Amino acid sequence: MRIALEARPEPSRLMAWASPLLAAAATLVAGFMLFSLLGKNPLDAFFVIFIEPVSTRYGVGELLLKASPLMLCALGLAVGYRANVWNIGAEGQLTIGAICGGGLALWLPQLNGAWLLPMMIVAGAAGGTAWAAIPAWLRTRCNANEILTSLMLVYVATLGLSYLVQGPWRDPEGFNFPQSSMFGDNALLPLLLTGTRLNVGFLLALAVIAAGWLFTARTLAGFRMRVAGLAPCAASYAGISAKRTVWIGMLVGGATAGIAGVGEVAGPIGQLLPSVSPGYGFAAIIVAFVGRLHPLGIALASLLMSLLYLGGEAAQIGLGLPSAVTRMFQGMLLFFLLAADVFIGYRLRFRRSPGAGAIPAPAQGPTR
Amino acid sequence: MSVLSPKSVLFTMLAVLAGLVSVSAIAADTPLKVGFVYVSPVGDAGWTSQHDAARREMEKALAGKVVTKYVENVPEGADAERVIRELAQSGYQLIFTTSFGYMNPTIKVAKQFPKTYFEHATGYKTDKNVGIYNARFYEGRYLAGIVAGKMTKSNIAGYVAAFPIPEVVMGINAFTRGMRSVNPNAVTKVVWVNTWYDPGREREAADTLISQGADVLTNHTDSTAVMQDAEAKKVYAIAYHSDMSKYGPHAQLTAVTHQWGAYYTKEVQAAIDGKWKPGSIWGGIREGMIRMAPFNPVVPKDVQDLVNRTAADIASGKFHPFTGPLSDNDGHERLAAGKVISDDALLKMDYYVEGVQGKLPATK
Amino acid sequence: MIEHAITLFALTLAAGTVLVFAALGELVTEKAGVLNLGVEGMMLVGAVAAFIVADQTGHAWLGALAGTLAGAALSLIFAVLTLSLLANQVAAGLALSLFGIGLSAFTGLSHVGHVIDPIAPLALPGLSDLPVIGRLLFAHSPFVYLSLLLFALVQWFLFGTRAGLVLRAIGESPQSAHAIGHKVIAVRYGAVTFGGACAGLGGAYMALAYAPMWTEGMTAGRGWIALALVVFANWKPWRVLAGAYLFGAVTLVQFQAQAMGVDVPSQFLAMLPYAATIIVLALISRDAVAIRRNAPASLGRAFHADD
Repeated sequence: MRIALEARPEPSRLMAWASPLLAAAATLVAGFMLFSLLGKNPLDAFFVIFIEPVSTRYGVGELLLKASPLMLCALGLAVGYRANVWNIGAEGQLTIGAICGGGLALWLPQLNGAWLLPMMIVAGAAGGTAWAAIPAWLRTRCNANEILTSLMLVYVATLGLSYLVQGPWRDPEGFNFPQSSMFGDNALLPLLLTGTRLNVGFLLALAVIAAGWLFTARTLAGFRMRVAGLAPCAASYAGISAKRTVWIGMLVGGATAGIAGVGEVAGPIGQLLPSVSPGYGFAAIIVAFVGRLHPLGIALASLLMSLLYLGGEAAQIGLGLPSAVTRMFQGMLLFFLLAADVFIGYRLRFRRSPGAGAIPAPAQGPTR
Repeated sequence: MSVLSPKSVLFTMLAVLAGLVSVSAIAADTPLKVGFVYVSPVGDAGWTSQHDAARREMEKALAGKVVTKYVENVPEGADAERVIRELAQSGYQLIFTTSFGYMNPTIKVAKQFPKTYFEHATGYKTDKNVGIYNARFYEGRYLAGIVAGKMTKSNIAGYVAAFPIPEVVMGINAFTRGMRSVNPNAVTKVVWVNTWYDPGREREAADTLISQGADVLTNHTDSTAVMQDAEAKKVYAIAYHSDMSKYGPHAQLTAVTHQWGAYYTKEVQAAIDGKWKPGSIWGGIREGMIRMAPFNPVVPKDVQDLVNRTAADIASGKFHPFTGPLSDNDGHERLAAGKVISDDALLKMDYYVEGVQGKLPATK
Repeated sequence: MIEHAITLFALTLAAGTVLVFAALGELVTEKAGVLNLGVEGMMLVGAVAAFIVADQTGHAWLGALAGTLAGAALSLIFAVLTLSLLANQVAAGLALSLFGIGLSAFTGLSHVGHVIDPIAPLALPGLSDLPVIGRLLFAHSPFVYLSLLLFALVQWFLFGTRAGLVLRAIGESPQSAHAIGHKVIAVRYGAVTFGGACAGLGGAYMALAYAPMWTEGMTAGRGWIALALVVFANWKPWRVLAGAYLFGAVTLVQFQAQAMGVDVPSQFLAMLPYAATIIVLALISRDAVAIRRNAPASLGRAFHADD
């Protein structure tokens, strides 16, 4: 007798909800061992990492604040991923969005916030879109693989921002340090919760999540994108343009990442710095998949990822654990989450005789 | 059961008494909680490593009177504010934020925690409860330049630099002036690697400089790669931040080291005594914040003496590394003969002095 | 001038070799239809294992072996997740990077600041000292020769052996390969482990020779560049070499330009290696049919045989 996976006739609705719980249980067990090995009380550790960061109003604000850029980036990326468009350069599109939105704040310091802020957001979205248009154009025109081009453009964008804040956009009062002037209040997103740093950027992220859901589930373009991802050949027979799919997939990702960039500089940072993101654009790729490319899943996965960041800091302060340990722990949790999803499409079978036949799995990956 | 039974009264009194005792004990013996925020992992050499060595030195000097805690790898940007706030919230009474990018976050948190003391390294904004501290790294750089100028045979020094911020530019200029004070024909070649930390790229930059004739290297980046490359390629190097002689036993001529320990001890003691005040300290050789590592025996005695004399003159204020005439490398005079540069002009330095090759990147 | 060109050549080889190891390994993994984005994590784990063993035993080559094994071991986590448990490859790879960065930093904590005897460049008596030829051919790091050997091995295996053909067939269409009796999952396990081993070896080269030290995150993003190079190479081993050396050469040339005092902001110069890779890729990707022929058709898709 042996244990094997057997494909379910259709994905299990029950397991779709139960698999994260399974992952949580596995994380508890593994974390218990890890923290015991490190000589920490595991219960204390779990409390410090998962509960303490959100036990205050400020903490909740921080959780939502940090989840917002992840939500935005991941949602945009998911639109592309569903159609097999592999934009992994959201970090660069976020940076360009920050440059464009932040640039407006620096050029128009006198403008009323009611005008300036929407303009900044539009500029950021436009900037991110434009940056994502480069890989899209290179892909549709020159066949250049977007995995490479979008990744390389991340480095170019970061260096561009570095040039700007060290050169032309440097704060004239700032002793030549590499940063722009602080934005005026007119260029800062209004706060949502007093006593926290949570701003209306979070509402924007929620709105984009809702829009994402509408797009996928309710529009023809969204349907086409899904078909293009699931069955590229069928899509082309049905007259769905592959080029169009690439353009939409890339541009939507660029736009939301660009908005996330504005949200950072017009939110908690309040100026342009050489680095405006601690890697949200990359973390968002994990978020997108942990969220199963579904808008609601992405919203939840963003919250989890954000909590992991906060918990990591709390573990350093509260437990004296080096930042390395919390990274390992984060990696482990993600492993469990990803592994547990297998039970949505498959079930365990204890069997005697081997059968035959290969069934392609539902999971998708990059291909051309 | 009556609430006021004799037994319960006794218990209550005992409890109150015990409480009083323990409260007063805390007041007398509670160590001061001191927090540190680091921009990178602690490591063994480099900027953060020196701050952490100083933290441990202070902890030892004030044993029993302080508890310290550090948070490493905190990115400059939106996250810094939360970490600093978290420390303040957790009862840390004095918090050192040790990277320039923490300036605005430190100021913001300080406004929310008026009873907590903050000290920010290398910035320029202060507040009622925010002090700033920094070191005159350029003084050490000038001395390093003297050593380089005396030891180079090719008359080319190589400088691996991270980002063109004033602190780095100041260092390049001071190094070059020190070098040319003893060897007017020597020049400095600079390679910007655009990162504080990437051992591979730092090594590639060092290799590049060696291939263009540099036989003395120095760097303003955060790893030991330049020193190790110098050791492997048999050229000299002058370390920065930390003494790196174990990475380059033959290559290291000396090192410009950062010493924050005495300062931390002094500030924490002041906080314990209730006498802490927000200061604005820019200390150098005189204050012991900058110290040269022991010389490599290949550095001749007379050179060592010259360096030591110059160090003494800088410490006593008799000499300033940026004393006119001072020209930039386009030939414009920046300071007339005999004039000493102001601190303000130093902090805003955005030009290369004569003797540095190339143009400063990213200036107007 | 010649002197300078030789130096630049040697430096380019040294810089490109880190990428060659990791990218060749990933190429084999991808040829089997598996996309492992955990290269950065595997390189770091390889680097730290190599350094620790070299530090403890005093034998740097033993360290290189340990680095290789450690990279392979870490990749097994990924293999179990994606091949046995059918987890999404993109996400699992990224999580592997995160885990590897943390694991290497944690295990290396007690070895930060130690100094080892690095693996020095070759010095063959007589040969290495020959004018021009000596430095052109006989004075590189042993790892450079090793990486070229690896290249030859990969090229021969993929295109000259039956096993290589099977591996490529599986990357093309696992269903058909399975139908004619090939062990898809076993071969993919092998390919993933090989990729991990190569990435580990690349990390070992960093920690033992190129920048002989251990510090957290010392590969500084080279794993991502290696990943991009596989795409750049259109899954052809010789183009991996070309891409790695192109990337190294452009980096070094921009440093040379700076040291000569070129009046261009260094940030723009630093963009050159990335921009050059994009432009070259765009130029050589014109032939869509050729690309489709080389790209493993099942790349990134999970495979499950229901038996």
